[in-house]
Amino acid sequence: MKLLEILEESILVLKTNRMRTVLSVLGIIIGIGSVISLITLGEASQQSVKERIQSLGSNLITISPGGTQSGFLRGGPDDAKTLKYNDALEIEKSDRLTTVDKVAASYSSRAQISFQENNMNTNVIGITENYFSLRNIEIEYGVGITQKDIGTSSKVVVIGNGVIEELFTGKVNPIGQGIRIDGNSFKIIGITKSKGSEMVSSDDSVFIPLTTAQKVLYGIDHVTSILVSAKNEELIDPAMNQLGYLLLELHGIKNPEDADFSITSQEDLLETVSEITGTFTTLLTGIAAISLVVGGIGIMNIMLVTVTERTREIGIRKALGAKRKTITTQFLVESIVLTLTGGVLGVLLGIGVSLIITKTMGLPSVISITSISLAVGVSCLIGIIFGWYPAHRASKLQPIEALRYE
Amino acid sequence: MIPLIDVKGITKIYNGGEIATKALSDVSFEIEKGEFVAIVGPSGSGKSTLMHILGCLDIPTSGTYIINGRNVENMNDDELANIRNKEIGFVFQAYNLLSRTTSIKNVCLPMIYAGIPKTERYERAKNLLISVGLGNKLFNSPNQLSGGEKQRVAIARSMATEPSIILADEPTGNLASKQSMEIMDIFDELNIKGNTIILITHEENIAKRAKRIISIMDGKIVNDTGRLN
Repeated sequence: MKLLEILEESILVLKTNRMRTVLSVLGIIIGIGSVISLITLGEASQQSVKERIQSLGSNLITISPGGTQSGFLRGGPDDAKTLKYNDALEIEKSDRLTTVDKVAASYSSRAQISFQENNMNTNVIGITENYFSLRNIEIEYGVGITQKDIGTSSKVVVIGNGVIEELFTGKVNPIGQGIRIDGNSFKIIGITKSKGSEMVSSDDSVFIPLTTAQKVLYGIDHVTSILVSAKNEELIDPAMNQLGYLLLELHGIKNPEDADFSITSQEDLLETVSEITGTFTTLLTGIAAISLVVGGIGIMNIMLVTVTERTREIGIRKALGAKRKTITTQFLVESIVLTLTGGVLGVLLGIGVSLIITKTMGLPSVISITSISLAVGVSCLIGIIFGWYPAHRASKLQPIEALRYE
Repeated sequence: MIPLIDVKGITKIYNGGEIATKALSDVSFEIEKGEFVAIVGPSGSGKSTLMHILGCLDIPTSGTYIINGRNVENMNDDELANIRNKEIGFVFQAYNLLSRTTSIKNVCLPMIYAGIPKTERYERAKNLLISVGLGNKLFNSPNQLSGGEKQRVAIARSMATEPSIILADEPTGNLASKQSMEIMDIFDELNIKGNTIILITHEENIAKRAKRIISIMDGKIVNDTGRLN
């Protein structure tokens, strides 16, 4: 019997038992589809988190007050006052720092701000000129904070997009208006462009000159962070080293272990977050693995039931002269046709669902080739083995035993 | 003249658990080409076992069975499948047609295994179905046919590869008497055309239609009318 005729016979059998065929294919489709969409969801989330962190500025190095090691009596980084505006100026001035591009300092706290009868509590950040470019914040209307504003400690403010919605009810053009921050009157000179959903959103913050925050509002001289950009990505590590030595010298500290500041790069943050999202992906992969196992058992079940149910048919075929090989080949071809059809449809379903999920959730669409090959491989293997093995066993029966089978 | 079927000292023992049942003990007979033989006996007499062995659906525990000059004793599965395909046409009590498959495709099935080309297969299947009076039911599936019609499809199928013998196991067992007689008429006709037919039955009036009756009781031949001419 030629293979082509066996294929024809197999397709005829699959067609005549439409319900059984549809159910088996459905099992495979759902098994493969769910694995692909779950793994894609995991990888897309991870990708999205990475992209968001990188949108904060990829060459960015952050210097925070307080040491990295938490000793017995050392306060938290929020309390430490060891980092001054002067440190930022020294970094900017130093000609030893060959790897550093831009420097900015900031002092951030929360305060009550109000416009006429509207008020809200939000982040007030005292900044220097380079802060916006280092944090990738763009000015949509008006102007940003300039070196001149800092020099004169002028009472000007750049407000985030989100703040406008809260304070101004749409009718007034905020530029040029005065708002009050902790009782002091400030003039609005700019509005930042919305960065959308972001981990640390600048949309709900207001920005004032650093010197104004230090002298006029709070009467302090320290900063909460100094931001530095490396000239390029490869120079992040050397820049962190150079910055460390310069600051140790400035602060008169000999032993690096006693440092009263800490330096982190975006890379460090990325690693930490990747670890967390990695756990999330592992979880989703676990769920996907379970659905693959469940789907696989479904395929096994249907294949086993099918062959058991068809033992009589095998008996008839044998009585009419089918050789053992012909029977097993027929069942093998049937399984291959089933799993292949289910496999292709499953991949299409998986990709479709993945695209819908990532699109609605605003995630990047990364279709994982690994997940596709894994899902298709496992399902097809199970389908073919469990389609072929029981048929192989049934084909070994004496025809009369198979015929008597109920 | 070499007999078409030569059975010598066939014994079949079933090992069901601890008790071994002797279904056939030392059965011997010969059947010539063109005979119409009925094998009769009450249920449990061993006639079905004999039919399975004659049809190469089962193998005897001991004894020799030669069909059309070929000894099946040491044949492997594939060779037996070949014998079943080329030498024997089966008609079962329970029809054993593939369900949800049209009459013509059922008749084609043994021809697929015999390697007969597709066009010839369909042509022959159609003619066979017409000859058993089912020319208008070529594309009906078994569940759309009456018991008598199903058995006629089965007879058409048994003729498909032009086998040396037709083995019919209680072919009228599930049928009403009028339909039974119609089926027997078909067998008569086939025999007149020269086909060798072996019929297994427990009904006397069916057995009477055959030209030779072999009676079996408790696994042994108790009477053989021999060839009646």
